[in-house]
Amino acid sequence: MLKMRLEQVFDEPGCAANRAKDAAARKQGCAKAPVPGAASGGCCFDGAKVTLQPIVDAAHLVHGPLGCEANSWDGRNALSSGPQLYRTSFSTDLNSLDIVHGGEKRLFQAIKAIVETHRPAAVFVYQTCVPALIGDDIEAVCRIAAEKFAIPVVPVLAPGFAGTKNLGCKLAGEALLDHVIGTREPEVRTPHDVVIIGEYNVAGEYWQIKPLLDRLGIRVLACLNGDARFAEVATAHRARAAMSVCSKAVINVARKLKERYGIPYFEGSFFGMGDTSAALRAFARLLVEGGAPDDLSARAEALIAEEETRIAVRLAPYRARLAGKRALVYTGGHKSWSMVSALTELGMEVIGTSVRKSTEGDKDRIRAILGDDAFMFEQVPAKQMMKLLRDERADIMLSGGRTQFIALKSRLPWVDINQERHHGYAGYDGMVALAREIDRALASPVWRQVRAPAPWDGKGRAP
Amino acid sequence: MTAQTPFRKPVTVNPLKLSQPLGAALAFLGVAGAVPVFHGAKGCASFALVNLVKHFRESIPFQSTALDEIATIMGGGEMVERAALNVRERTGASLVGICTTGLTEVRGEDVAGDLRLAMARRPEMAGFPVVLVSTPDYEGGLQDGWAKAVAAMIEALVPAGGAAIDRQVNVLAGSHLTPGDVEAVRDMVEAFGLLPVILPDLAGSLDGHLPDVFEPVSLGGTDLESLCRMGRSTITLALGEHMLGAARTLQARCGVPYLIFDRLSGLGPTDDFLLALAKLSGRPVPERYRRQRRQLQDALLDGHFYFGGARVVVAGDGDLVWSHAGWLRDMGAEVTVVAAAPSTVLGRLPQGSLRIGDMEDMARVLDDADLLLTNAHGVRAARRVGCPLFRIGYPVFDRLGPQSLVSVGYRGTRDLIFAIGNLLIEHRESAGHEGGTHDRTPTATH
Repeated sequence: MLKMRLEQVFDEPGCAANRAKDAAARKQGCAKAPVPGAASGGCCFDGAKVTLQPIVDAAHLVHGPLGCEANSWDGRNALSSGPQLYRTSFSTDLNSLDIVHGGEKRLFQAIKAIVETHRPAAVFVYQTCVPALIGDDIEAVCRIAAEKFAIPVVPVLAPGFAGTKNLGCKLAGEALLDHVIGTREPEVRTPHDVVIIGEYNVAGEYWQIKPLLDRLGIRVLACLNGDARFAEVATAHRARAAMSVCSKAVINVARKLKERYGIPYFEGSFFGMGDTSAALRAFARLLVEGGAPDDLSARAEALIAEEETRIAVRLAPYRARLAGKRALVYTGGHKSWSMVSALTELGMEVIGTSVRKSTEGDKDRIRAILGDDAFMFEQVPAKQMMKLLRDERADIMLSGGRTQFIALKSRLPWVDINQERHHGYAGYDGMVALAREIDRALASPVWRQVRAPAPWDGKGRAP
Repeated sequence: MTAQTPFRKPVTVNPLKLSQPLGAALAFLGVAGAVPVFHGAKGCASFALVNLVKHFRESIPFQSTALDEIATIMGGGEMVERAALNVRERTGASLVGICTTGLTEVRGEDVAGDLRLAMARRPEMAGFPVVLVSTPDYEGGLQDGWAKAVAAMIEALVPAGGAAIDRQVNVLAGSHLTPGDVEAVRDMVEAFGLLPVILPDLAGSLDGHLPDVFEPVSLGGTDLESLCRMGRSTITLALGEHMLGAARTLQARCGVPYLIFDRLSGLGPTDDFLLALAKLSGRPVPERYRRQRRQLQDALLDGHFYFGGARVVVAGDGDLVWSHAGWLRDMGAEVTVVAAAPSTVLGRLPQGSLRIGDMEDMARVLDDADLLLTNAHGVRAARRVGCPLFRIGYPVFDRLGPQSLVSVGYRGTRDLIFAIGNLLIEHRESAGHEGGTHDRTPTATH
């Protein structure tokens, strides 16, 4: 089952790198085999859960021993405008006896208990390594439970050992396509209906974008999966246009929506003014091509002009202070180029960006912004990274929480741009928020103090 | 005796514990130059790593054998060998601690056998400590994994024999002690002119300090040489009931007797500890601690008005909740304890005051509570009933400095009385009245 599913996922016409491979190479998948003792990054289950958990009115049930859930639950700052059920951790908590006898019965009872207590819009059931290894048939249990309790029960077959976190995101997308999208018709349809794929409302970023779309009368039928309701996700197939935000992870969803339902899509981002404007234009274009009244394009241009002018005024004082400051970006996915683009707009100099989780398309975009000799690097060990920061005279590093210490231990300012971040940086106002955070980080009086050696060490005070 | 066997719920909701392998990894991090390695899929290590990074706000050295589907079927023995080699080469580690996970335990691999053969085949690994510990995540929790790792290190690295070293004492530090606690314990032991070898010593590695040089290994902790000399100490002081197994091993193998201190929070337990140190060293209790004892007694008087009859819920691992329940009851509070698993020491709690379960079960006993002590995940349950939360244990990811919290000794206990007493006072004030204790109905504010 998993093998077949993996083969499907590894055959992806929507990805340029994939198209360039021959059939044998395609079957290997994208990731290089992890090196024992030198591996980093999450597993398949991690990617799947992180992709689906923002569906806020569903119950998310992890099937397996407690370790996976116990160490990781409620770790992401994906926000909800309503239900909080998605943040509750449910686990079948398999013990050694369950493993001997098989966990299917316990899984069924767990689903029953959840349905009876919470009446969720749906239950997502996540397979993990141990039940996969002992052969628990998650799909069968989900099917029976769905019938018995008359509620959608979606199996997510992405056990940790199956591959990388990124693969988990793709498999989660497949689960949505197979079990959720297309199972319900929207009550109302308009020529301005869109679907956004790969936006998780981390730190409320979807809420920074939605008002822009509202002003243009663009109706988000479903946001996959930021602040999402299960019933909305189910209607995603009726969108007239789609945007793929994090392509390395979810391009399969965008491409299959096009194949199965004829929904045209573009790849884009809402980080930075240029990208936000481009995304609004792309939506307008696709919707008009699909039959929406063509005043939409003019209205989009008017909105863009208004916002860009407004933000330019607010950014001006920050631009003055940030001009020429040297930044290193160490993140994944679309942020590797969209963040580069946003920082360049602020007048900063991006001395390098990590592309270890980027597609070829992402890399092309980086080259377009920084030039052909743009410094792009893959995985870099911490010590090397510290040397890089010193040699390149970086003023600041922007990355995810796991790598913040590389900057901080180098006594260098750092800003969190990853999934545990607390500030939203999307859309036009998000740029001001980002500029403000960078400015605050650079201006803090602590850097002088942490760089100062002790006066009794005979070196005197650092200037 | 308190009845402890719970009815098993069909689904665990909001777990109260962290996994066993994470506890083992944390124990390894208390050894200088160590790198813990999980034997399993990448995710196990990744989740544990992120959990600890957020708690300590530190870079945490951590690795994985990164089993994929093929290695899982074919057997991971080769991956363990490669991981140990790679970690040693790339990080310059002095010790590698390998923790199995549910995946590798279910496979039924003979990891110990594979490892022995692998190391024997490699002359360059001769004498390099690779310690293996069995920590499937389908049983136990952080405290159990920690205990197993400490016992495993002693089994692997402490030889029998050797002349006794005058004034050297072993201190087996339980998982319920923060780096701040460990530092306070060290101060107490050294104040008597004794030479403590503390295992694991988180105060050296995870106290939170800015190093001059960055190394991808544990930045401090028990140094290996001292660890190997633990068999020559005059006595072992086991702090926490879960350190009993390791203490017994030292006694059986090396003849080192042990004393067990199931908690060090509170006047009585601190008295017992200092008395023992005084007897061991033949020295009087230093004036500093005599003064602190009088300060604590003063704090008991100042604080008891606010603690008497206060309903407190303490939730977490066995020895951690036992410690806090102890000093709180010493202040007159009514304590309900929630733990993920039963234990001998918890069996000594008064009838009806112990629940075994998860945070959903904890939430159920919170309705009348004046205060909750648990990890940061407890904040939602606490907010729902309007009860203050004092963060203890792991993980604490939403406040600064959990590693520095001191709950042991006279000074630590006194500071807890003030910090927690003040929470109780604030809570009363915001409930709209002074003087009463449990009544939640808002009175007219003036």
